[in-house]
Amino acid sequence: MKEFKGKVLFLDRSDINTDEIIPARYLTEITKIALKSYLLEDLTLDTFNPNQDINEKGVIITRANFGCGSSREHAPWALEVNNINVIIASSFARIFRQNIFNCGMCAIELSEEKIEHLFSRYSNKDTFLAVNVTDQIIEIEADGEKETIDLSISEYDSALVKAGGWVEYADKYY
Amino acid sequence: MGKTIAEKIFDNKKKDMPFDGTHVLKLDAVFCHEITTPIAITDLIARGKDRVFNPDKIKAVIDHVTPAKDSKTAEQGKILRDWARRHNIKDFFDIGKNGVCHALFPEKGFVRPGYTIIMGDSHTCTHGAFGAFAAGVGTTDLEVGILKGVCAFKTPKTKKFVLKGELPEGVYAKDVILYIIREISVNGATNMVMEFTGPLVEAMSMESRMTLCNMAIEAGGTSGICYPDQKTVDYLWPFIKDEYSSKEEALLKFQNLISDSDAEYEEVLEYDVSLLEPYVTFGYKPDQVKSVTAMQGTKIDQVYIGSCTNGRIEDLRIAAEILRGNKIHHLIRGIVSPATPDIYAQALDEGIIKIFMDAGFCVTNPTCGACLGMSNGVLASGEVAASTTNRNFNGRMGKGGMVHLMSPATAAASAITGEITNSSIYTSRVKGERE
Repeated sequence: MKEFKGKVLFLDRSDINTDEIIPARYLTEITKIALKSYLLEDLTLDTFNPNQDINEKGVIITRANFGCGSSREHAPWALEVNNINVIIASSFARIFRQNIFNCGMCAIELSEEKIEHLFSRYSNKDTFLAVNVTDQIIEIEADGEKETIDLSISEYDSALVKAGGWVEYADKYY
Repeated sequence: MGKTIAEKIFDNKKKDMPFDGTHVLKLDAVFCHEITTPIAITDLIARGKDRVFNPDKIKAVIDHVTPAKDSKTAEQGKILRDWARRHNIKDFFDIGKNGVCHALFPEKGFVRPGYTIIMGDSHTCTHGAFGAFAAGVGTTDLEVGILKGVCAFKTPKTKKFVLKGELPEGVYAKDVILYIIREISVNGATNMVMEFTGPLVEAMSMESRMTLCNMAIEAGGTSGICYPDQKTVDYLWPFIKDEYSSKEEALLKFQNLISDSDAEYEEVLEYDVSLLEPYVTFGYKPDQVKSVTAMQGTKIDQVYIGSCTNGRIEDLRIAAEILRGNKIHHLIRGIVSPATPDIYAQALDEGIIKIFMDAGFCVTNPTCGACLGMSNGVLASGEVAASTTNRNFNGRMGKGGMVHLMSPATAAASAITGEITNSSIYTSRVKGERE
């Protein structure tokens, strides 16, 4: 199982699409690691600087419909090679969400109210977040204070995360 | 309780249900192209599992960048080509025979009502036009599809769209789908099948149905889907004539799939299309849609007619009718890419290619190319395109470029004037000449 923790990158926008996460001009790469420096290069978001803001982050918190658009698994891979294995959002596009779990990564859906709470309380602070998949809880830490939030991952998604991804799972059962 | 067409397909193709709400389906076809498949192939090799579940059910094409533009795209093509040969995948389409996957594969008869299809390409939803469940997936799902012939999906929820009325002059399937996406938003059908029904869909050609289903993903939809009918049978007949004694028998069988009248839907939305206008996108999301009238006069630099959305013969005919006898604006770069070699050949036969060339268009070989800014018409920063493609995301057709999505008719009219233009000024002229 991967590690699901790290400093949090807050992306305060809905409908962030796959072309923003990794532009098509980099889809000619045939290794995952080659995508590393292009993550979020075309993101339309004021004040966001891909060269500085991604550095040493392990978690993204964002709004609705994250990962809409293309089926490219290059989007999860570009995150993965930057050690970002957890995305928390109020909703995800279907293919992106499935790709994340297929890679043994974590796409966690929280209510809009909880997402709003996370933005208002933490987005201007150095925030550290850890996901415990087995106990289904999120631990958040900022300014020396800790908060715990319950999460819900389906049996199937949880099985994929524990197997290390869909190839491993399917190989065992089909 | 009755069932939707998607639910019936899920029942017919069920392999396993490992958890409540998770359906593992047997696949009838796995489609592959050279952008998302090579990493699946190299991963399978690295795992010591370089196998395919059934070479006859795998169809592959080099379409996104073809002919290769550089060493990297040449390498992607080579990985796919070598793999297809190694595994005796007979339906592999390379230079000379290749075209945009979602136009090529239906044309070759690879899609049937009731089929389950995946591809590492989000516009796989196009094939739902034939009454199939067809979904875009990532490389890992594709990899498992190639290896095992299965894919997992959640229980399909369906949003039904009942389209009534006649399309006004100058309004096409593209305008209808842009309007629907504006109404329900880019998130309006996430995790849902979009079922397109009603008299308008029944009256539509298979090409128009493909345009409609093609953009289901732009509203988040898993698959677009239309009911199989006489037109579906007529289109497929050359490929299925040995399987059925008559067209009637085929139709009867296919129509078993049609949703029951008491099927359960997430939502049923009814639209009177006679009230629609030609539409065009603004901004960077496909639900940012205005009428062409509202956007009239927006300056453009390039016009692109092609893609899996609108690169079929019907689209080229519509555009050519408007371009006939006209020249495109001297500041406009016009690019047309017939979506497959057969479409290209037919357009040549019908004199359509000559009309495009006389008007000042560059005619390219079939490829996805400029649609996603990979080749054959990438925009420079600050440039604006009028395009018949499906995505207007930031940077989609080139970093810093702006894409306005529209129908082939609007794109052709805009090419002539150099700004976003309603095609009616040209179509009424054509009508006048005929009368």
